Amino acid sequence: MALLEVENLRTQFRTDDGVVQAVDGVSFAIERGKTLGIVGESGSGKSVTCLTVMGLNDPRNTMSEGSAVFDGIELIGAGKDRLNKLRGVRMAMIFQDPMTSLNPVKTIGWQLEEAVLAHRDATRKEARANAVEALRDVAIPRAEQRLGDYPHQFSGGMRQRVMIAMALINDPDLIIADEPTTALDVTTQAQILALMNRLQEEHGMAIIMITHDLGVVAEVAEDVIVMYGGQVVEQAPVDELFYRPRHPYTWGLLGSLPRLNAEVERLVQIPGQPPSLLRPPKGCRFHPRCTYAMDICRNELPPLEAASGPAHLQRCWLDDETKKREAARIVGAVHEVAS
Amino acid sequence: MSDLLVVENLKKYFPITRGIVFQKQVGAVQAVDDVSFTVKRGETLGIVGESGCGKSTLARCLLRLLDPTSGRIIFDDRDITTISRREMRPIRREMMMVFQDPYASLNARKRVGFIVAEPLEVNNMGTPAERKRRVQELLEVVGLNPEHYNRFPHEFSGGQRQRIGVARALAVNPKLIVCDEPVSALDVSVQAQILNLLKDLQREFGLTYVFIAHDLNVVRHISNRVMVMYLGKIVEEASDSDLYRLPYHPYTGALLSAVPVPDPELGRQRKAIVLEGDVPNPINPPAGCRFHPRCPNAIEGTCDVIEPPLVEVRPGRRGACHNPLQSFVEAPAPQRESDPTAALG
Repeated sequence: MALLEVENLRTQFRTDDGVVQAVDGVSFAIERGKTLGIVGESGSGKSVTCLTVMGLNDPRNTMSEGSAVFDGIELIGAGKDRLNKLRGVRMAMIFQDPMTSLNPVKTIGWQLEEAVLAHRDATRKEARANAVEALRDVAIPRAEQRLGDYPHQFSGGMRQRVMIAMALINDPDLIIADEPTTALDVTTQAQILALMNRLQEEHGMAIIMITHDLGVVAEVAEDVIVMYGGQVVEQAPVDELFYRPRHPYTWGLLGSLPRLNAEVERLVQIPGQPPSLLRPPKGCRFHPRCTYAMDICRNELPPLEAASGPAHLQRCWLDDETKKREAARIVGAVHEVAS
Repeated sequence: MSDLLVVENLKKYFPITRGIVFQKQVGAVQAVDDVSFTVKRGETLGIVGESGCGKSTLARCLLRLLDPTSGRIIFDDRDITTISRREMRPIRREMMMVFQDPYASLNARKRVGFIVAEPLEVNNMGTPAERKRRVQELLEVVGLNPEHYNRFPHEFSGGQRQRIGVARALAVNPKLIVCDEPVSALDVSVQAQILNLLKDLQREFGLTYVFIAHDLNVVRHISNRVMVMYLGKIVEEASDSDLYRLPYHPYTGALLSAVPVPDPELGRQRKAIVLEGDVPNPINPPAGCRFHPRCPNAIEGTCDVIEPPLVEVRPGRRGACHNPLQSFVEAPAPQRESDPTAALG
């Protein structure tokens, strides 16, 4: 059985302007030791999906439906007590901006110890030993001395290492990383990705990697979900997604990337902006920006269906022939200029 | 083809002072240290580097938004390094800037029409009616609806706001536009729109860009020539395809290999060089080559003692390194194709 199984997850926010359907029927599963990438632009619902799974939305204005089963335990609608036994212990989260997710007036050591003491029956001394070990694990030099430092005394990359140490300190089964490297420079990003890769091999945890960067996904994930307007538009193993994409939005994303190894005069651009989830477009959410849109796209939402195999799902009305042809053309164009 | 911008030995040090009444300087952040380069008319010069390498400070010095500590900036055959604000004013109209954050760089209380017309107004160009016409024309040029003249910035998305920023920069028909991370706050699909727009505008109006970004993919896409900066210094300069095909400096090599490629197969094949440690503090940069503490090629006794000068290593390529990448040294000197920028003028 999968470690985490999410089934038809829906999240609504009540706002002054109306109800926002931020997540609309998302399903996926992830096994131990695997990495699932969730890609999408801002407002696609990728972060909210994970916040809902972790039960971190504000309950006063949020409604969540569907199910998310973590190792046999239902998370949606679970009470605080049940969630607190899991969060930070068996499932942990790494956020994008390490500066705002660490407490600036407490030392790193204090914060790491707190993560231990909140969940385990340990003495301060044991917690301190754990904290040192965790910092060593993420390759922070002079770990003992650095426990007494405050977050501002660390560089961005080092702070993100501290966040990873904190997430790992109770040896969780699942880590949700929400754009963990977006705020970092490329060489630092490479360090952090290599670190997460090594830790995954050592600890065998599952990782959900939320990112907007297809390059990061290609490097770390085994399976990928592409989200658009709160829905999954395509879901596939990583090679399938990059070499046999079956949804026009994925084609647009792949074509719009400037690449180091390719010389293209003009990038493919997806016209328009992502939809407002207050008033999502009728039919397929992507149709106003889709160059392939047909009549049916404007009226009926396509189902998430199997494409080439059961592991590859896509949500588009185009016929298989057209999809195959267009995917080959777009992927071919990218690789032709690359060679 | 003549040079639009010539920069010679530019330095910008920010003093660090101690004391309240009697301030004395105790040190300096060497944000930009002895940088020389030229920008030709009609070309795009990309500047890449990680945070803290001095690329934004350099941009601000070019426009005299910061006064350089020493060195010379020659814009359009005029030395603008030390001229007064009053003398600078007519020149400002020829050099504009597009900023990183489209949320912070537009005044939230002013209408779009006012924001885009402001450079015209400041420079006393045209009557109000002419200005309005010009603004509507500009909005159309950057792909916005001219009827949105009276809207406020918050009514636009990030990509649309960046278009407003571009329209504002274009308003006075500048010769040079300095873009400081213009797409890094945008989603990929919108980023492609802005990059295409910048390229189209360059072709249409013969613009010259200095394009600063940390994203190598983006810089490669838009630039004719690329400069790589590290800790206030230029470590390498080359035409875009040369730089990416055959990097000279170990830092460039590491930067290139650190960029995740959106191609799983290729990603598995190549071996990334992961640099250790962080960028050192520019208050107290390492002796010798500034990159030597992190450099996989560093030679003890040379790199940590003697600072490598930035010299021409191949025609049209400059580099500053004692022990450049093996692949570069071994590669045969290429038959020089025609000057990549020659076709632009």
